[in-house]
Amino acid sequence: MTAGTVTAEQARARPALPAAKAVRRSFSSPIASLIVIVMAVLWTIPTFGLFVTSVRPAREVATTGWWTIFTNPHVTLSNYETVLFQSSFGSSAGLMPYLVNSLAITIPATIIPLTLAAMAAYALAWVRFKGSDTIFFIIFALQVVPLQLALIPLQQLFNEQLARVGIDLQGTYVPVWTAHTMFALPIAVFLLHNFIAQLPRDVMEAAMVDGANHFKTFRSIVLPLSTPALASFTIFQFLWVWNDLLVGLTFTGGTPDVAPLTVRLAQLGGSFGRSWELLTAGAFVSIVVPLAVFFSLQRYFVRGLLAGSVKG
Amino acid sequence: MSGTTAVLADSVWSDAALKFQNTLVVVAAFLGIVLLVFFAAGRATGRIARPLTIAVFLGPALVLLLFGLVIPALGTINLSFRNDDSTRYVGNRNYIWAFTSDPIRQVLTNTLLWIIIAPVVTTVLGLAMALLVDRMKRQSFYKSLIFMPMAVSFVGASFIWRFVYEARDPNQPQVGLLSQVVIALGWKHPPNWILEQPLNNFLLMVIMIWVQTGFAMVVLSAAIKAVPDEITEAARIDGAQGPRLLFYVTIPMIRNTLIVVLTTVMITTLKVFDIVRTMTGGNFGTQILANEMYSQKFVQFDAGRGSTLAVILFVAVLPLVIYNIIQLRKERATR
Repeated sequence: MTAGTVTAEQARARPALPAAKAVRRSFSSPIASLIVIVMAVLWTIPTFGLFVTSVRPAREVATTGWWTIFTNPHVTLSNYETVLFQSSFGSSAGLMPYLVNSLAITIPATIIPLTLAAMAAYALAWVRFKGSDTIFFIIFALQVVPLQLALIPLQQLFNEQLARVGIDLQGTYVPVWTAHTMFALPIAVFLLHNFIAQLPRDVMEAAMVDGANHFKTFRSIVLPLSTPALASFTIFQFLWVWNDLLVGLTFTGGTPDVAPLTVRLAQLGGSFGRSWELLTAGAFVSIVVPLAVFFSLQRYFVRGLLAGSVKG
Repeated sequence: MSGTTAVLADSVWSDAALKFQNTLVVVAAFLGIVLLVFFAAGRATGRIARPLTIAVFLGPALVLLLFGLVIPALGTINLSFRNDDSTRYVGNRNYIWAFTSDPIRQVLTNTLLWIIIAPVVTTVLGLAMALLVDRMKRQSFYKSLIFMPMAVSFVGASFIWRFVYEARDPNQPQVGLLSQVVIALGWKHPPNWILEQPLNNFLLMVIMIWVQTGFAMVVLSAAIKAVPDEITEAARIDGAQGPRLLFYVTIPMIRNTLIVVLTTVMITTLKVFDIVRTMTGGNFGTQILANEMYSQKFVQFDAGRGSTLAVILFVAVLPLVIYNIIQLRKERATR
């Protein structure tokens, strides 16, 4: 690929075109841009329609399409008041308790696996011992277990076996926290190990020489240096738990005491099937938190989602 | 009326405050215990120091994995050979049921359609968008819009699309976008989308495709950018352009990434039950494996059949996950 193989004509035809742009150039044209714009609009309209419907008055939502808001702009926040606080929306106090539950489930179910996985990853990477490679491989291999495979016995453990020995955890967050922690560990240990194992060896050795034990090294050196990996996993796990339906449904029993928003919404789909102004407001309440995370932390968000895309 | 609302709202807030308080106490207690154990174990000296260190760091994760994944997974396999309330062994009767009974045959057919159509369409659309968006001004803006559904839960996505598919009597004003559009295009009597078999299966797949295309686009876009300049340059000098450049140079160069995207979406498609459960509950001929597994255990209360379907699901995703993990490791090794 010497300069000699390029004819003068070719060189003139594409004067300052970097090679990497060649493929893209082949696809660039007003038509290409138009396709992308149409696609982006198509991808956004359903969510936009949901949002518009959630701020329209009930009577209009029942009789006209949301697109008529452009010719007949009536806007109200009363749907949100109804779904969040009022008893007419299904349960004693609207969606508010479920929104609280979602937060109360998600925060510990993110912090606890993050901490335990970082500890395990550090031990496997830097406190090397006989069998540490085997243990790492087993944890790594556990990623292949889909959570469905562990679901039924684990549910029986919390609902029946522990209750039989006098530990009744029903109606508390403990089962759902524990289940999320257990299911998050393989991918969390794997991802954090990849990062922690590549921290510079001389920094670690310097700490040891200074007399720090492993606990001190972990707290004062490993954790601060691992912030990017910890942040990515935190965002991934937060959204995974927030958006989860299966674990929430299985381990909370669907009561206002502990069930998250997703579980409640799935229930409402049946009973409020026609009150679209309420259903759309409820759905928007549940998606506004992930959307806020998405738009404010986009870079970490993408990185976290890509890293966790193989989660079981 | 407003009085009762105020009272209710009061109790809602105090309830919320209590739940937050409890949650924060639990998190603080957890972190406090970890620090305390660190402090205590850090003071140990002599021969027990090292094993103690290993036990403290590794123990909690290993115990949770053992009781949360390994033992329950084996338990599921055991349950799959037992009857509905797990009181006696029935040999392979559940497996015979899973592969031969009529209702399940439709579930398996639907699942097969899902894991072929949804991943292929997602990957093709993602690739097309990755190629097209690359040259545009403000490309990150368009990418964000297409990636945004990834942030939404499958339940939320299902609500969004149920509203799109909402059908009213054709003589009345429509509220669902799809009906409105097809009527405007001249289809006088569109069906009730969600009830129309087998069309409804494809309409549910649209939701999965809508959610996952952004993921495919972002991953493939990164892969295309990573193709070395020299290679595309050389191909271009040799006269390759447009589709030829795409099919003979770019696609072969990102082949591994394409397959990883395809298998990742396949795994998600196999495991996600949220869409079918929220949209139809598995009725109207739309049932799939993941939702049937949940229904067998938690609606029909047949732990044997539910476990059997869970094992089948596991066996189906196993090769895909193994392939994916090997590919990801290879990529990491070469980087």
